Amino acid sequence: MASDQRKSDEKIVYVGDSRVRKYTKNNVPRDFSAYPGKSEPFVPNFLLKEWMVGAVVLMGFMVLIASHDPPLGYEADPTNTSFIPMPDWYFLFMYQLLKYPYMADEFLVFGTVIVPGLAFGGLLLAPFLDTGPERRWYKRPIASSLMFVGLIAIFYLTYVSWTNYQKTLEEQGIVPEHIERAERIKQGQIEPGTSGGQEDEPIAIVDEDDEGYDIYQRSACVACHAADMNGQANAPSLRGIGSKYSREELEDIMRNGIGTMPGGFWDQSIDAGLTEEEMHHLADWLARQVVPDDGGGEEEAAEPEA
Amino acid sequence: MIKRIYNWIDERLDITPMWRDVADHEVPEHVNPAHHFSAFVYCFGGLTFFITVIQILSGMFLTMYYVPDIIHAYASVDHLQHKVAFGKLVRGMHHWGASLVIVMMFLHTLRVFFTGAYKAPREMNWVVGMLIFFVMLGLGFTGYLLPWDSKAYFATMVGIQIAASVPFIGDYIKDFLQGGDIVGAQTLTRFFALHVFFLPAALLALLGVHFYMIRKQGISGPL
Ligand code: HEC
Ligand code: HEM
Repeated sequence: MASDQRKSDEKIVYVGDSRVRKYTKNNVPRDFSAYPGKSEPFVPNFLLKEWMVGAVVLMGFMVLIASHDPPLGYEADPTNTSFIPMPDWYFLFMYQLLKYPYMADEFLVFGTVIVPGLAFGGLLLAPFLDTGPERRWYKRPIASSLMFVGLIAIFYLTYVSWTNYQKTLEEQGIVPEHIERAERIKQGQIEPGTSGGQEDEPIAIVDEDDEGYDIYQRSACVACHAADMNGQANAPSLRGIGSKYSREELEDIMRNGIGTMPGGFWDQSIDAGLTEEEMHHLADWLARQVVPDDGGGEEEAAEPEA
Repeated sequence: MIKRIYNWIDERLDITPMWRDVADHEVPEHVNPAHHFSAFVYCFGGLTFFITVIQILSGMFLTMYYVPDIIHAYASVDHLQHKVAFGKLVRGMHHWGASLVIVMMFLHTLRVFFTGAYKAPREMNWVVGMLIFFVMLGLGFTGYLLPWDSKAYFATMVGIQIAASVPFIGDYIKDFLQGGDIVGAQTLTRFFALHVFFLPAALLALLGVHFYMIRKQGISGPL
């Protein structure tokens, strides 16, 4: 310990061969009593109080969370055209702004760029716009009144947007998906956390290599029931349809329609170039689209009537 | 004991100056709610930070179950919420925390504004604060898509449509966010990357600058 023998104020002494200086220092906290007013040190005095407040806030937060489940609707379906889009609540004021005539259509750039740009640009540059020495808000009438106008606008637009949304829901008799789904989970109608959601496990196409699938692609049916047989809009999925209808019933549906599905697609498919035999083959093939027993358990059990 | 460990480390690494810079400072009377109750408005910044920490922690736990692709995203969130122990709480913290952090940040901004604390010499900190504000809104927007339910999907679709209507750069914003012809697989991966890597990194960097400036300049004096 040769370094210890040297006088430490004559030469800089390092710890070992490191570049950390060695000096006898007092690592006691600074004394803030000399500061004006009733200052107190941040650590530990103030921090401990702050942590107690923090703990209380955290408790309140956890109570809120334990009593309000985070919402989850049904899985996204890009073909769903009736869903009313809504952003998260803190974007509503900007969303509502775009609904006013002078903010939409040919004036859209007002709503998307100019108004938000001025508002947020002004806010961003506030220190360079409001350069006076005065700090009290009532001595800064311009800055403060602009902020008040902005605040009122934000609250008003948010309020209007939300009440309009609620009104639309009521008029159209829509229950928001996350509420409906939570309700159905509660009543045991859907088993959450196991599968996609609204639809049960995707049902596989049986015998995809069969000529039937090929015929299906060329028939009139694809237009509504989709190339992957999953259906779209109002036309239901045809996957697993054999569990629901017999061969004869299917042929009847193809000829005469069912419910809102008009009849005549048997003949239309033939007009489109298919043969009578191929249509029979298609009906056979559709009848073979049976849900496997272990698969989509929720689907109605097969009721073979024929 | 702790003192000895501290001294042992301190001798080797000389951490007292760093520690001092971070924590050893005074809390003036006018911002201390113990002395003036109305000084609680000065707590909003700290509360914002508190909720931000909750967001980061709960978000880290969410990524242990969340799968960022369009086939599994929804199912993984659903699974987490209903089948995983405490999954509901973790998702709840992140979901409600996202709203609360906006509220707190809003209140903090208002307190800084109405106490005129953005004036010289604190202009730069206000600008940094506004950048934090935008990053936070970005986190809210990108996070909203991730559960991949209808609400998420269509809000994002509309959001991107609005962005695309901006003159000149709109199409580029749209391509950047959407990554494809429709809101789909690529959009989800992009939003995930933005939400989990890019924006938090920006946020932490900005917060570092924010706190550095506060520490350096001290809190603004009494009115
Ligand atoms: C114009 C569109 C359209 C075309 C083309 C069409 N369908 Fe349909 N299909 C529907 C609609 C809509 C329904 C639902 C009817 C209802 O439930 O009221 C339906 C229902 C069905 C059902 C009953 C589904 C169920 O789950 O109860 C079957 C089976 C069916 N279609 C088979 C076919 C076949 C086979 C073809 C081709 C020959 C075809 N459809 C062509 C619109 C169409
Ligand atoms: C994640 C978001 C943010 C966090 C965690 C945060 C945190 C803090 C903290 C802890 C303080 C100390 C004083 C106080 O608590 O009031 C502070 C001060 C300050 N903040 Fe923020 N802030 C955030 C966002 C913002 C925003 C959005 C703005 C404004 C645009 C802003 C502008 C300022 C300014 C100018 C100060 C100095 C005020 C003074 O000296 O009186 N901050 N911030």
